[in-house]
Amino acid sequence: MKTQEAIYQYCLRIADSNLILAQRLAEWCSRGPILEEDLAMTNISLDLFGQAETLYEYAATIKGDNATADSLAFLRVEREYFNRLITEQPNGDFAVTMVREVLFSAYQNHLYEALCKSNDEMFRGFAEKAIKEVRYHLRHSSEWVIRLGGGTEESKVRSQAALNELWRFTVDMFEMDEVDEELISMGIAPDMKEINKSWMKTVTEVFTEAELHIPDLNNVIKGSNKGIHTEHLGHILSEMQYLQRAFPGATW
Amino acid sequence: MELLELIPDPDIPVVSIVELGIVRGVAVDENNKVTVTITPTYSGCPAMTVFKEDIKELLLKNGAEDVEIKIAHSPTWSTDWLSGSTREKLRAYGIAPPESNSSASVPLFSSSKQKIICPHCGNTNSRLTSQFGSTPCKSLWYCDSCLQPFEYFKCY
Repeated sequence: MKTQEAIYQYCLRIADSNLILAQRLAEWCSRGPILEEDLAMTNISLDLFGQAETLYEYAATIKGDNATADSLAFLRVEREYFNRLITEQPNGDFAVTMVREVLFSAYQNHLYEALCKSNDEMFRGFAEKAIKEVRYHLRHSSEWVIRLGGGTEESKVRSQAALNELWRFTVDMFEMDEVDEELISMGIAPDMKEINKSWMKTVTEVFTEAELHIPDLNNVIKGSNKGIHTEHLGHILSEMQYLQRAFPGATW
Repeated sequence: MELLELIPDPDIPVVSIVELGIVRGVAVDENNKVTVTITPTYSGCPAMTVFKEDIKELLLKNGAEDVEIKIAHSPTWSTDWLSGSTREKLRAYGIAPPESNSSASVPLFSSSKQKIICPHCGNTNSRLTSQFGSTPCKSLWYCDSCLQPFEYFKCY
């Protein structure tokens, strides 16, 4: 696999994950349990949209063919998205959203930390900025999960249920294929086995503090590197892409 | 560069895009084409779009033939770049300026113990009400001395 092709694919993996999670978090707009959380989730969403845009722009320059950040975001079909499966899972209750946020922002934190040392200048610039943002996301969601886990019987039960449901999607976040092999050999991307270790340490710290148990791995679902998804992505895309599909080229 | 100091941040009109460190360079070629290099603040900050339009409009009005805006991703924008006088302007406007170094160097789980100086009364008897505020760069705080809420420009 050529390096440029691998970089393009790698951009999509990160950008698609951010875009889909941003879309999910935006669903909380006007539905947050309190005003501050409504603002928090939409702020996090905005950061993720911005991060996605940076990488889509980079991917578009590699692809050529008049591709733009918008055409990549809005005009692909389900199997052409490579977002991590956990990002497309439904928001559920507040506990589900916060547990998902801990799992995913901890992952972003360690992945971006490694990309800050990438041999690719764009990835480096992207990660140096984005890591400052995801650290705020991780801090915010961790504080909530610790509060929910140590809160009432009800909040504890719901948080544990959220973790039990989402844990099986975490294996997918660290899957590697020939894209990773190529980029690891060029010093551009990290070995996900290493990221997995540091991620496990961080989330274990948070869940221990929250008095939640990390469940056994059962019914693992993976496949995002190949564009295989759970049933939820199609529904997200139909809503997100509606305008550009109905009115191609429409601008604000 | 002087001209660009006239462009305020759309959400914090007391400081300009030059003071915020967003404008990284200006070059004019022989055809009077101006190239402005800017660096994004928060990845998703909607004010970036406004900055770009404002820069173009102002320079074209003031004699530039053409304006090109380049985005530099590195070095990464940081609140460490805000000068003392810019911080004072923020404080006078009612926004507490960033107090320590950029967030990358702060330990992950320590922020709740932080005390921020209230921009209204100057006391440190304050507490965080939300990490996220009305714009990506600010968090919400409450001062227990003067009983006023205030915004804090987060370290970045």
